[in-house]
Amino acid sequence: MLSPELGHYALALACILAAAQGILPLIGAHRRDRRVMMLAPGLAVGQLLALLTAFLCLVYAAVTDDFSVQNIAANSAVSKPLLYKITGVWGNHEGSILLWALILGICGAAVAAFGRNLPSALRARVIAVLGAVAAGFELFCLTTSDPFARVWPAPMDGQGMNPLLQDPGLAFHPPILYTGYVGFAVPFAFAIAALIEGRVDAAWGRWVRPWAVAAWCFLTCGIALGSWWSYYVLGWGGYWFWDPVENASLIPWLTGTALIHSAIVVEKRESLKIWTVLLAIATFSFSLSGTFLVRSGILNSVHAFANDPARGIFILGLLAVVIGGSLALFAYRAPTLTAGGLFAPISREGALVLNNILLCSLCAVVLTGTMYPPFMSLLFDRTISVGKPFFDATTIPLAIPLFIFMGFGPMLPWKRAQLWPVLQRLWIAAILAAVAFAVATFGMSGILPILCSALAVWVIAASVLDITERVRLFRMPLSGSLQRARMLPRSIFGTAIAHAGVGVTILGLAAMSQAQHKIVEVPVGTTEHLAGYDWTLTNVTQEPGPNYSAMVATLEVRHNGKIVTIMHPSKRSFNSQNQTTTEVSIHTNLLADLYGVLGDKHGTDAAPTYVLRLHYNPLAPWMWLGALIMAIGGVLSLSDRRMRVGAPRRAKSSPNTVTAA
Amino acid sequence: MTRKTRRLWLVIACVACLGAAAALMLKAFSSDIVFFVTPSQVAASAPPADRTVRLGGMVVAGSVKREKRGETPIARFDVTDGQAAVTVRYEGILPDLFREGQSVVAVGSMHKDGFVASEVLAKHDETYMPKEVAEALKKSGKWDPRFGPPPSAASWNSMTVQDAKKGLPASNAPAAPAPAGN
Repeated sequence: MLSPELGHYALALACILAAAQGILPLIGAHRRDRRVMMLAPGLAVGQLLALLTAFLCLVYAAVTDDFSVQNIAANSAVSKPLLYKITGVWGNHEGSILLWALILGICGAAVAAFGRNLPSALRARVIAVLGAVAAGFELFCLTTSDPFARVWPAPMDGQGMNPLLQDPGLAFHPPILYTGYVGFAVPFAFAIAALIEGRVDAAWGRWVRPWAVAAWCFLTCGIALGSWWSYYVLGWGGYWFWDPVENASLIPWLTGTALIHSAIVVEKRESLKIWTVLLAIATFSFSLSGTFLVRSGILNSVHAFANDPARGIFILGLLAVVIGGSLALFAYRAPTLTAGGLFAPISREGALVLNNILLCSLCAVVLTGTMYPPFMSLLFDRTISVGKPFFDATTIPLAIPLFIFMGFGPMLPWKRAQLWPVLQRLWIAAILAAVAFAVATFGMSGILPILCSALAVWVIAASVLDITERVRLFRMPLSGSLQRARMLPRSIFGTAIAHAGVGVTILGLAAMSQAQHKIVEVPVGTTEHLAGYDWTLTNVTQEPGPNYSAMVATLEVRHNGKIVTIMHPSKRSFNSQNQTTTEVSIHTNLLADLYGVLGDKHGTDAAPTYVLRLHYNPLAPWMWLGALIMAIGGVLSLSDRRMRVGAPRRAKSSPNTVTAA
Repeated sequence: MTRKTRRLWLVIACVACLGAAAALMLKAFSSDIVFFVTPSQVAASAPPADRTVRLGGMVVAGSVKREKRGETPIARFDVTDGQAAVTVRYEGILPDLFREGQSVVAVGSMHKDGFVASEVLAKHDETYMPKEVAEALKKSGKWDPRFGPPPSAASWNSMTVQDAKKGLPASNAPAAPAPAGN
């Protein structure tokens, strides 16, 4: 019933529906024909249903081991566990493009479902833009990377999946990351629709912001999950390699972060409108380029699993149409957007502008560092690479002012502000930061990690103070404070929590620069000392797994003679790929990770020795915990009442929606 | 605050931030860029010891030696591009995909007694060859991608590796593209 042919047919149907979705509502909106405009939601939902059918067909083929499908034969095997048969569907190029299209379809249907309070012309145009982008991707999927292509004769067993991908972290990383990437298609569609209409106002800012925040939350989680995956799977003790593929996700995150901040200014003050539209276009363009960078061979890197230059041409064309077209439309229409409200340099708007400038400078640095090597090899035929030293030297000095101003920003009033009263309210945070600086100088080495730890404390303390000041904690009876807290908009808490999350991440990053490690080759029974812990290799055994055989070590870790944990790092040999993977063993107490890796076996069989890599990673979990806290802050903002029902209607004349937050 | 003064402030802020970014990048470009070198380039003129480079090539089959100094494991292996070979010394765990006869990139610097790697990279894919290594092989005439997959290092480098070790010039390497027939 769910045959690959049905999937192929459904995908083609989705492509046709998407093309119709991309054209008809635009015509309807142009002619102000309500009936044609009302086709948009139906087409979006129809496209989603067709894509879901196609996706289910592929999942069904994977689960039932239908090796007559080329994609399944190349990436699956009978012996693969069921979970990875399902997640393996998007672990390869064809499937991941289908997943991308599916998420785009979900976005279109979500705008159709939740956008009922939008003006019908705007909604029709937004859905149309999403449909046009989807049509391009689905055509790409159908013509150059058909996931349903058959092979004949069908092999008895598949070639199996890269064992590195057989991991729960990576299984769920792509859908979350893709939702983040693709989610920025909705702000993009809003920007294009606004350019077509020639109108951006406070209501537009209010409509576009929830979509941007939602996509940002997913992207934040996706990046963190990817970083966490490389930390515990690759076994190098590192968490971020400044790899082009990682940078490709960081760049839209930086512009996306700028977008969710500048959209606030549009919403509250009707200022920065042209800039916000440009940011929305840029963020999605970078998301698209991110996919392109991964999927084509342009930026070869250790993370790209499915690269194929031939398909790159199609993607390049698609990118040129989407990015070039939207920028051309921007250049043509942006001058018609009227300038907004005035503000002084020292004001909330001013702080948000500074945030945008700094984030975009960071983005420019990361973009240059990522694109410079391929350009050098293309133009001058010189092969170079830029790595951690380059990015550390360029990003940290730009990030430091950003962290300093993060403390002030949320406390400044709109329009015009005095710095001194805000500084007075922040004195506790300043003292805490100074204390943190003093403590860090004793425990840490290097000026930048010490400074960053102090700034992390500053950011967290300022976020907490922002809330306590607003609820007048300790200045009035507790019940009064609680009452005030209940009255505060949730987005205020969202901001504070997200900013505190940034602080937690910085603290983790700063502490991780102090990580210690040791590589030894020892026989069983040896005890090693690292970071105050005694690590004893007590045993090494051979154990069979479902589709591999493993060499498992037993490491007893003691602290002051008391046993802390027994770790089992292992090395797996996968028979079907003639490949080995390293299974790291991590013990965390949330303040530090003990990280053990088992390497090769050497020596004679009578007296074998084993290579061990032992790491002590202080505050490592905080890096990802901080990202999770940021995302929670974003979700809290999303649940704000104003985001849901605040501005159902567009103001007729001068909008009177300026409220002091 | 008029529109003009606000614009002035904006321009000042933008110029300051982007200028700082550009200055930082230029400084980093002069000191933190890592160049890719091939073993024959190293043989011709060794990079200074304080300069980090990426050395790429194929691991010569049968060249991997492991030893221990105290409890520290040390791996030595030869990396070749078919014209010269460089011995790489690495303290640590070689990546899972490290194989003799397959491509590898070693990050480190050139010392008197050979190349000391701080990091050894092999791709997470058994069919992968780093782009730089593929380029180097194509340039040295060892591999033409039109004729199939890259040759196994064991099949073609034995002669030139020894020549390179004796300090002979690499000019006696075959000039014509050798179609891969492994």
